[in-house]
Amino acid sequence: MTLIYPVESNAAHAPRLSPGYKSTIKRAPQKQRILMPHTLSETTGPVYGHETVRPGDHDLTTMHAGEPLGERIIVHGTVMDEDGRGVPNTLVELWQANACGRYVHVWDQHPAPLDPNFTGAGRTVTDAAGNYKFVTIKPGAYPWGNHHNAWRPAHIHFSVFGHSFVSRLVTQMYFPNDPLFPFDPIFNSVTDEKARLRMVSDFDLDVTEPGWALAYRFNIVLRGRNATPTENH
Amino acid sequence: MPGITPSQTVGPFYAYGLTPNGEYAWNDAFTNNLLTPDVTGDKIRIEGVIYDGDGKVVPDAVLEIWQADAQGRFADPQDTRGLPNSSFRGFGRSGTTDAGEYSFDTVKPGAVPGHDGKPQAPHIVMAVFGRGMTMQSMTRIYFEDEAANASDAVMNLVPADRRATIIAKKTAPGVYRFDIHLQGDNETVFFDV
Ligand SMILES: [Fe+2]
Repeated sequence: MTLIYPVESNAAHAPRLSPGYKSTIKRAPQKQRILMPHTLSETTGPVYGHETVRPGDHDLTTMHAGEPLGERIIVHGTVMDEDGRGVPNTLVELWQANACGRYVHVWDQHPAPLDPNFTGAGRTVTDAAGNYKFVTIKPGAYPWGNHHNAWRPAHIHFSVFGHSFVSRLVTQMYFPNDPLFPFDPIFNSVTDEKARLRMVSDFDLDVTEPGWALAYRFNIVLRGRNATPTENH
Repeated sequence: MPGITPSQTVGPFYAYGLTPNGEYAWNDAFTNNLLTPDVTGDKIRIEGVIYDGDGKVVPDAVLEIWQADAQGRFADPQDTRGLPNSSFRGFGRSGTTDAGEYSFDTVKPGAVPGHDGKPQAPHIVMAVFGRGMTMQSMTRIYFEDEAANASDAVMNLVPADRRATIIAKKTAPGVYRFDIHLQGDNETVFFDV
């Protein structure tokens, strides 16, 4: 079956059952998925633009009375598809822990302080070339209960829409050279090394603003209509 | 050709970013209410519970739906048929409660063409995200009171004994029940799209 968005692109993803990440054991569907032709229901998707995003929603450091504690950073990049085209006017949502590795979520019991000046959520829309930019603070690593002495590498959660409902992507952005990489079953659930490293941002001296903030570049590649098999397949 | 960025789980703490629902200092971009003041068609509620492989409810899933309006038109310029439409957007997002429950208020979608040009039975596309899910799993919600289900091309790709898992049951006027089982004998049909 030839699909409009080649399904082979999905080979980059982690297996749904990734036993090192224990919560997948009871939550990964186990029966055969049904291959089906793409119809208009799959090749269209929600169109949300600037009316969904308010000025300042991309700057997580200016949403409260004072500035959040932590290392101010710029996170920017291009949302593109596998065909190499920038994806314009697409919504990018982001959420993250604070500099201490604590989320404002009511379930987060990590004994690290909350920051009254940091919520940790933002959103923006890509420009005509697919570029986006956030200003935030570098999140801290945090412990979790998956196994003894388990810590998540610092990461930022991203949600991106793209051209169609089948290009929808939720992922996590990591920071270069994190010593926790070898020990994190979520990061390593992506078994293909090249694909895994696409989740790691690059330090970007050119966009770093002197006297103000380090910059990291994180390009996001979504499924495309004419993708040819790449080396990671 | 760069290859796609792999998916990662939404984790347990997505709510203040994706579904703040008045509980956090952040506004909702989307909610589980798709209705707009000018929408036409039959208003419906879809509700259900999501279960894991032990039959336990999943309190940290995120469900997203995408659908045509009652005339069978998508609010996306890539749908070039140019049918009349309201401000209905056709996209909704719902977290799950501590009891694993979700719901959507929307309209019953009209028929849209399939890959062969023949009309499909009315359906809603659903993406299931959650803690413990490395990426979304994609399913479809069909409706038990639609005779067109029998001739739907996608439905007919599904083994007959599994079709009931993607057909919402009418439980009251305008109310449909669609439970999601991630594993087990009644595992919901998920599609490779
Ligand atoms: Fe996280």
